[in-house]
Amino acid sequence: MDNRPVLLEIDNLQTHFRTMDGVNRAVDGVSFSVRSGETLAVVGESGCGKSVTAMSILRLIPEPPGKIAGSIRFGGRDLLKLSDREMRQIRGNEISMIFQEPMTSLNPVLTVGRQIGETLRLHQGMSAAKAEERAVEMLRLVGIPEPGRRVREYPHQLSGGMRQRVMIAIALACNPKLLIADEPTTALDVTIQAQILDLMRDLKTSVGAAIVLITHDLGVVAEVAERVVVMYAGKKVEEAPVGELFRRPKHPYTQGLLGSVPRLGSSLTGETSRLAEIPGLVPSLKQKIPGCVFASRCPKATDFCVAVAPGLELKAPAHVAACHYAEKEAA
Amino acid sequence: MWAYIVRRILATIPVMAVVALFVFSLLYLAPGDPAAVIAGDQATPEDVERIRASLGLDRPYLVRFGEWVWNIARGDLGISIFTNLPVSTMIAQRVEPTLSLCLITLVLAVSVAVPLGVVAAWKQGTLVDRAVMGFAVLGFSVPVFVVGYLLAYVFALELDWFPVQGYTPFSEGVLPWLENLVLPAIALGGVYIALIARITRATMLEVLSQDYIRTARAKGANQRSILFLHALKNAAVPIVTVVGIGMALLIGGAVVTESVFAIPGLGRLTVDAILRRDYPVIQGVVLLFSFVYVLVNLLIDLLYTLFDPRIRY
Repeated sequence: MDNRPVLLEIDNLQTHFRTMDGVNRAVDGVSFSVRSGETLAVVGESGCGKSVTAMSILRLIPEPPGKIAGSIRFGGRDLLKLSDREMRQIRGNEISMIFQEPMTSLNPVLTVGRQIGETLRLHQGMSAAKAEERAVEMLRLVGIPEPGRRVREYPHQLSGGMRQRVMIAIALACNPKLLIADEPTTALDVTIQAQILDLMRDLKTSVGAAIVLITHDLGVVAEVAERVVVMYAGKKVEEAPVGELFRRPKHPYTQGLLGSVPRLGSSLTGETSRLAEIPGLVPSLKQKIPGCVFASRCPKATDFCVAVAPGLELKAPAHVAACHYAEKEAA
Repeated sequence: MWAYIVRRILATIPVMAVVALFVFSLLYLAPGDPAAVIAGDQATPEDVERIRASLGLDRPYLVRFGEWVWNIARGDLGISIFTNLPVSTMIAQRVEPTLSLCLITLVLAVSVAVPLGVVAAWKQGTLVDRAVMGFAVLGFSVPVFVVGYLLAYVFALELDWFPVQGYTPFSEGVLPWLENLVLPAIALGGVYIALIARITRATMLEVLSQDYIRTARAKGANQRSILFLHALKNAAVPIVTVVGIGMALLIGGAVVTESVFAIPGLGRLTVDAILRRDYPVIQGVVLLFSFVYVLVNLLIDLLYTLFDPRIRY
């Protein structure tokens, strides 16, 4: 059993948005926890609420129109009850975040050094000179050549991969306890993706931060995650250690997700079958669904599924899924 | 960079040539005759004709235009028909009040309008936003002279806080100089403030929705730093542009404002010259105004590089 202390505990998180035509329940009752130093992946299709979950942790959701309810306990404090000022001291310091779009996530009119130094000056009270010194150090740490020169450059002078390295440098500058990475490799070339993942893994061991990795890329999950939370339509539908999830997915949605990963060379071995897909679309989050949220697309769905929502049940050791028909295994 | 500046300054020459041709032709075609004004009511047609000949106004259009341009090329703006003083001397005498008025108005407008626009964007949709935008509409729609007379009435005549009119040169002390310029600057600045505040708000709204603003928030930056460092610097290029374009408003408005507040500046000089059909003076002033305008916009283009590192010349 994992005996690392729990760092982040999200309980019944609900992030709703008021819109012109009703309330959008982007995240609807999601709970999970992250232990110190652990890497947790949150996976799901576009629009399943995984990014909103990530943004909710740092309270980066504009309120209104957003509304965050539930509790997010971090180091003994409920982040949702903190003042704006207290929240600012956590952002970029104890919890930091990197985003999907390295091309647009850096400020185009400030030097790279200034942007890395900003967190250090904010949270550690460093002088401008000291912060720049440390920024050079951080650039070296994330593998940017000639850091002394790069530190004075602007984002447009860097490639996409380099910019994501800079984002990582910003995120790790204050040695955070938790790093939230929202699709950190999606916008990058495949070769660069591997480099960035390696970098994140290396830095995680040296800095000792826990990582919440938001992604739709199951290859990335298999590569770096220890535990996986699968989200669908604003709800958690399955959670398991990574090996267990890949070997014995319980929820039909997870099974579908794993089945739709293209396999390299499948056309060479004579398998000409179509790529498996999950039929249908994610349901609208604006109406409440009484039964299982996946019922409309599920091959195993029955009338019972449409009528009654399944709760999350322990199906195997450390493995929960929300499905009436997922078989249980002896613990 | 320097090559660019030289190129831009050279490029002002054809612009000025077109302006010169336009101004000259407009005055040539406009009704009114300086000879008749000089001669007065009692003059006979022969008197008027004689005066016209002595002023050289009886010569053909192209000859007069050619001579004027040739003189300007040598740095001579000509001699006033009425005062017999060189136009350049008359302009030099009147430059300080107008320059002072425009500078004070510029400083006032930018320092009021930019924060207003930023706050309106930050508080988008709230009462503050609507109040600022309401004020902007008012600033656009009430003419300078109405605001001017209102201000003079309330703050000069009734409350006696400021002088009603006139101008005190800078050399006689900063405070008296400022005192005389406060009301005219507010009157003249209204439209300018409205323009800059609106553009600031619109640009800030766009910038605030950018990903790097989210990054700044995720770093724990406070609201002030997000608005004035991360966002405003990105919004600077459109704002600076409109400040430059708005210089035309200032120059045009200065003419009216100087009349309202009896400031002996270039605006008054222009109005008087127009009333008397003093062609050389009108031409000289308009040419100067357009030259300043072209120069200001060159300056604005150079300022871009200060705010946005992606712009290089």
